[in-house]
Amino acid sequence: MSAVEQPVTPLERDAIRSVGTAHPRVDGPLKVAGRAAYAVEHREAPYDARPLHAWLVQSTVARGRVLAVDAARAVAHPGVVSVLDHTSAPRLQEGEDRELEVLQDDRVDFRGQIVAVVLAETSEAAREAAGLVEVAYDEQSHQAAFEETEDTYEPETVNPEMPARTEEGDVDGALAGAAVVVDATYETPVEHNNPLEPHAAIAHWDGEVLTLADSTQGVHPVAQTLAPLLGLEQAQLHVVAPYVGGGFGSKGVPHAPEMAVVLAAMTQPGRAVRLAVTRQQMFALTGHRTPTRSHFRLGADADGRLVAIEHEVLEPTSRWKEFGEQTAAPTRMMYAARNRRTGHRLVPLDVAVPSWMRAPGEMPGMFAHEVAMDELAVACGLDPIELRVRNEPDVDPETGKPFSRRGLVDCLRRGAERFGWSERPAEARATLEGDWWVGTGVAAATYPAMLNPGNEARISAADGGHYDVAIGAVDIGTGARTVLQQIAADALGVDASCIRLRIADTDLPPATVAGGSSGTASWGAAIVATAQRFRADHGDAPDPGVWTQAEATDAQSEDHALHSFGASFAEVRVHRWTGEVRVPRLLGVYSVGRVINPVTARSQLIGGLVMGMSVGLFEESYRDPRTGHVVTQDLATYHVASHADVRDLQVEWLDEEDPLASPVGGRGIGEIGVVGTAASIANAAFHATGTRVRSIPVTADRFL
Amino acid sequence: MRELDYHRADDAAGAVALVSGDPEASFLGGGTNLVDHLKLGVARPRVLVDISRLPLDQVEEVELPGDSGGGPGLRVGANVRNSDLAAHPAVRSGWPVVSRALLAGASGQLRHQATTGGNLMQRTRCVYFQDVTTACNKREPGSGCSAIGGYARYNAVLGASEHCVTVHPSDLAVALAAVDAVVVVLGPDGERRVPFEELHRLPGDAPERDTTLAHGELITAVELPASAAAATSTYHKARDRASYAFALVSVAAALELDEAGRVADVRIAWGGIAHKPWRARVAEQALLGAEPTEERVAAACADELADARTSEGNAFKVPMVTAATQHVLQSLQGGRR
Repeated sequence: MSAVEQPVTPLERDAIRSVGTAHPRVDGPLKVAGRAAYAVEHREAPYDARPLHAWLVQSTVARGRVLAVDAARAVAHPGVVSVLDHTSAPRLQEGEDRELEVLQDDRVDFRGQIVAVVLAETSEAAREAAGLVEVAYDEQSHQAAFEETEDTYEPETVNPEMPARTEEGDVDGALAGAAVVVDATYETPVEHNNPLEPHAAIAHWDGEVLTLADSTQGVHPVAQTLAPLLGLEQAQLHVVAPYVGGGFGSKGVPHAPEMAVVLAAMTQPGRAVRLAVTRQQMFALTGHRTPTRSHFRLGADADGRLVAIEHEVLEPTSRWKEFGEQTAAPTRMMYAARNRRTGHRLVPLDVAVPSWMRAPGEMPGMFAHEVAMDELAVACGLDPIELRVRNEPDVDPETGKPFSRRGLVDCLRRGAERFGWSERPAEARATLEGDWWVGTGVAAATYPAMLNPGNEARISAADGGHYDVAIGAVDIGTGARTVLQQIAADALGVDASCIRLRIADTDLPPATVAGGSSGTASWGAAIVATAQRFRADHGDAPDPGVWTQAEATDAQSEDHALHSFGASFAEVRVHRWTGEVRVPRLLGVYSVGRVINPVTARSQLIGGLVMGMSVGLFEESYRDPRTGHVVTQDLATYHVASHADVRDLQVEWLDEEDPLASPVGGRGIGEIGVVGTAASIANAAFHATGTRVRSIPVTADRFL
Repeated sequence: MRELDYHRADDAAGAVALVSGDPEASFLGGGTNLVDHLKLGVARPRVLVDISRLPLDQVEEVELPGDSGGGPGLRVGANVRNSDLAAHPAVRSGWPVVSRALLAGASGQLRHQATTGGNLMQRTRCVYFQDVTTACNKREPGSGCSAIGGYARYNAVLGASEHCVTVHPSDLAVALAAVDAVVVVLGPDGERRVPFEELHRLPGDAPERDTTLAHGELITAVELPASAAAATSTYHKARDRASYAFALVSVAAALELDEAGRVADVRIAWGGIAHKPWRARVAEQALLGAEPTEERVAAACADELADARTSEGNAFKVPMVTAATQHVLQSLQGGRR
């Protein structure tokens, strides 16, 4: 079905009835009852077709060649059906993504790469047999330690397609003449996304159509990426993902395990093949945040007004597939200064390829920038909120465009009021309560308002005043299923109960990834445009069966800079004896445009704050440079925040709407909660102790 | 699929006979550690003897036998669950360090499942030990120690060897070391009592052996002698997150002061420091008879740590355990600063 292009107009304020209300999560009852089928839980046809279980065999060397895969013992194990390796796996079409060239040649690019796949009648047999596969390697020397090497280079672009370098004015001259200079380096470690549901999929190949129940952030992106490599038309790859247990970016693009299970299924026509990636395997195969080293130089006049901002980033990519985290991107638009320079350089390593992890760029970049700003405030003798207010730009420093809404100062002021900022001692190390040094800190947050083209919706009139609304969007636990129903209701001018929404299936109109905090705006724009076209074509009392499929045009202003903002406030306690760090209070105040559903929005923002605290205090993957192996590969050794760490945690958003950013009036809320939080904690820890920590996680040993 | 035999033991002697007669057999208690090892391939027993139904689940106030030092005390059955032991009124009043150490460990769910004996027999959480794709002398003798020169944050600073640098993970064991507990062990030849300090061992050249128990010997009970010091005892576990984390370092201490505020009796044990709970006898001796000031405690810890060997990744443990000991002894003096 082809879609019409429909110029979209924003939802009228007086048409808004369901949007903005605390609509309970429509799939909540199914989920809490355990009846929502996640990827490997599908039992319907064709996934019930004599299912086989796949288990991945991973390389134990970081670089080299596979000389031989001896699967004799594995194949002899009871229940084992076959073992695929690079000599026996189906051939893929030529592509440009090395990550997806699974079992296509003998080259080993990183430790943990898939070198064989075992298929067996039970997962236990597959797992046991995987341990019996013997792989001989020609091992070559590797570089897995993050350090400046002679291979370090400046890429053309960083994720997604931003220039690696920008420069304006005379940074060095301005710094030389600045009254105050902050010159320091800030670091963030390797982090792993760790959604609750590990990556998993079931694939079935009937000789014509490949059917895939996947745990992904986008069914159409999976089909669009995999089909050409498999030599299939897109219609031959049917992907569904009705329920997904989180992604944090790691399911935003298909990774090697998805290709592995698809290849395995194509060797077993008529049988379903199930693959559940283990938590340990995720640390090698499903993406991670690359570590970053940000060198900041801030120059200011005596009043704290910035005259120069320089942010130079050094960070690893994998040698065999480039991924440059856009760490300096937020620095380009955050504060006013006439002279500015940002750049990224990449160190190629023989490691798994980095990928998206919640707020790529903004999370590590704003950690660095916002700690640097705190240092500048101290150096200038200014309150850190006042420093930020003084450096508000009139227009976007990067593009020169006006902001559709620049809510930073309002967030800072509202947060200060609610947090009790005025009672804060100006000096660090001023408050000792019992055995704990107590301090507070603040940091700013920002995230761009993205709205992706390429989304279509279909609206059909049904009996009894009901409407079927279909779009291939995926709800990864965010509440998309609920808010799209609300948006559709208001776009059509009916009650939410009249909307029957279908999502997460490539048989439905195409939708872009649930990533970049873009989902609600992008999918919502398609639904609003389609509703407007539907009403124009079919009127207010349509005959059952009529339908419209459309995609939105003119959905976002091109004449404005579109960004969300926020401010996070942290209270930190540092144990005077052991240095242990606790965060009894955390507050985030956000300017995100219109909030579609306060219940699910609050969960998104609180979840972001928790994750921000988690990376601030705990999260760090240790990649052993001798082997390239991430050895902290489970949730006992890779620490995420536990319940006991999450104390008084509050979020609030400003009452606003932004029709320039999207027809639904919102700017996206999935990622901004994780931005700035770690900096507010590090800044609060400084205020508590007088010790400046310039890298995360902020651990106890820093305060001894 | 790996097949194994499962026996549910009806009596302790029968369980001991089954396991001691078969080198590939293993006791199964609460299963909170062994079941993980089965999944990871770290342990590959052929026979599991489930001892969790044995009637070793009582906490009794008793007169201890002579070879446990005599006098009043507590006898804790090996199958008493961690959460039950932590909540027991006699433990909370007579040996608060034991209760606090237990509550500092694991999670509520795990404490409900884990047993007293099993807690003491749990194995290291060294990341290399738990990963069969890496070399580990404890898991595979002679294969090498990946932790030396590798991930060091949790490594030992005292008593390590060139073969193994890991630490014992138990919190309970640190507390029991501090209160001079005695472990009751049943073997093929009958019962014996092991002073707690002699239960766990340093790695030396045989890191595959965590304890001095022979294969098939079963812990049936732990005996706790009562003392004034044990009744004034506490535990501090320094860790990165507020719960569900192993210790960076931990301190179990029991203290009795005389009327002049001088140390009449002190017991200090450290966790996260060595391959076994580290009883800090040198520091204890240095403090006896003296007022336990901040400076004196630091000096006593320095004596105890004189042989400490650290790397960049775990050097923090020396100042951290010193400060934690200062903190704990100060809090046992009633919060004097």
